[in-house]
Amino acid sequence: MSPPGMDPSTAEVGQPMHKKSVLELRDVNIYYSEKRAVNNVSFNIRRNKITAIIGPSGCGKSTLLRSLNRMNDFVEGARVEGELLFGNENLYGSDVDPVEVRRRIGMVFQKPNPFPKSIYDNIAWGPKINGYKDSTDELVERSLKQAALWEEVKDRLHDSALNLSGGQQQRLCIARALAMEPEVLLMDEPCSALDPISTSHIEDLMFELKEQYTIVIVTHNMQQAARISDYTAFMEMGDLIEFNVTKRIFTRPAIKRTEEYVTGRFG
Amino acid sequence: MAFSSTEQEKLNLARRHRKARLFSRFCGAITWSGVLLLAVLLYQVSIEGFHWLDWQFVDSFPSRFPERAGVKSALVGTLWLIILVAMISIPVGVSTALYLEEFAGKGRIAKIIEVNIANLAGVPSIVYGILGLAVFVRYMLLERSLISGALTMSLLILPVIIIASREAIKTVPQSIRYAAYSLGATKWQTTWAHVLPASFPGIMTGVILALSRAIGETAPLIMIGANTFVAFLPEGPMDAFTALPIQIYNWVSRPQEEFHELAAAGIIILLAVLLIMNATAIYIRNKTERRLK
Repeated sequence: MSPPGMDPSTAEVGQPMHKKSVLELRDVNIYYSEKRAVNNVSFNIRRNKITAIIGPSGCGKSTLLRSLNRMNDFVEGARVEGELLFGNENLYGSDVDPVEVRRRIGMVFQKPNPFPKSIYDNIAWGPKINGYKDSTDELVERSLKQAALWEEVKDRLHDSALNLSGGQQQRLCIARALAMEPEVLLMDEPCSALDPISTSHIEDLMFELKEQYTIVIVTHNMQQAARISDYTAFMEMGDLIEFNVTKRIFTRPAIKRTEEYVTGRFG
Repeated sequence: MAFSSTEQEKLNLARRHRKARLFSRFCGAITWSGVLLLAVLLYQVSIEGFHWLDWQFVDSFPSRFPERAGVKSALVGTLWLIILVAMISIPVGVSTALYLEEFAGKGRIAKIIEVNIANLAGVPSIVYGILGLAVFVRYMLLERSLISGALTMSLLILPVIIIASREAIKTVPQSIRYAAYSLGATKWQTTWAHVLPASFPGIMTGVILALSRAIGETAPLIMIGANTFVAFLPEGPMDAFTALPIQIYNWVSRPQEEFHELAAAGIIILLAVLLIMNATAIYIRNKTERRLK
């Protein structure tokens, strides 16, 4: 059964993807050993849109996000069932190389995690190991500009990234992900460790980025989801309760539980 | 007073502070008694051996006349040994640690290897000597050579290097690995470019400790038959050799007082080698540590 408000274009298992979507989840189940963390979740992620996943702690939203670029592979006992289509291919197909998946679907983590290296090397390393042959100078500049960090760091590119503030580090991590020119950018509560000013920097940035990228963001902050996202998925206890355009979710949700959550009655 | 507390609370607090003071003094006393003991030892050695220390002592082969005896062959032998042991034990030890931490997973075999390595760290050094004699000297026909000594010493210190390196690798935050993976890095690229450099200072600490132990060890070398009277310099890893601890041991076991003093002088040389080696390693470690920060 698909939840109300579901994008009607969602196809059944085995059907090709909708032309506007980048990723399609069809009956996705995720298990940690025997425990099921995500139950039968289906929705589509539209190209050049921001899709937010919200829900109370432990509802499986981060688990679901990590399954989108196979970062769950590193969690012992994690297992994914169902179809996660990306370019009409199942991300979990037997002939799919997870390294290739992660190259094309980038990720920004909850806590800024720059490498203990220079700002320059943080950005240049990813393209370099993936066989980028041209000079990386231009790429570093472009990525930092895209992440709105260039002006602040252009005179100290060879300083350690660890000397940057938390907000700058997180933008560096975004720049690092963008340098790979990913098709989708996954963000796992990217502002939860940041102050309000850094948070608004990153929100502004996301607006600009969606011109070129597709963004999926997990957030604890409902105002943030309402401000920045185009689509919102509300999850609870591993179930997708409701998926719809963000405006609809926050003004006239179809399900009582969603309304209770977005109006702050629980969670 | 700004805080109002009852008499009972004040008494209680005073007692807790007293306990804290007592404990810190106790720890201080223990530490200083160790340092004092070491100082007495060094003083004793210096008094006995210092007047024998001169260039002639460093530049002479052993002799039955104390005034003509020196540590030349032993010193060169020890330097050879350090270099060979480092060349063998560091690559093997660090690779093993990387394999166990990053690649082997948490299966039963990894667990068995882990327990065995921990046990090997506690095996007496003479046992390694016996093993070296049987395997390297006899079975592999390497004779009583530097390479036999170096291989035996490497076996002896491998557990220490492996355990220390594993601990260092464990301290690398998982988030760094995830960052690398999320950029489409393979496990090898992640390990080589991030895990290894980030754990380098810790690995170096383990290596320093292990090599220091190796150059002070005597028993395994005696067991595999390092000579005690060597009047030539080894020119390659297949040559016979002696080492500083062996020379010292030899001098101590002679009846004449002068040779005991020579032994003290030899100990000073050994300590100097140790100190130079550690200082170099710590310098390298700090330099890389600063680069990472």
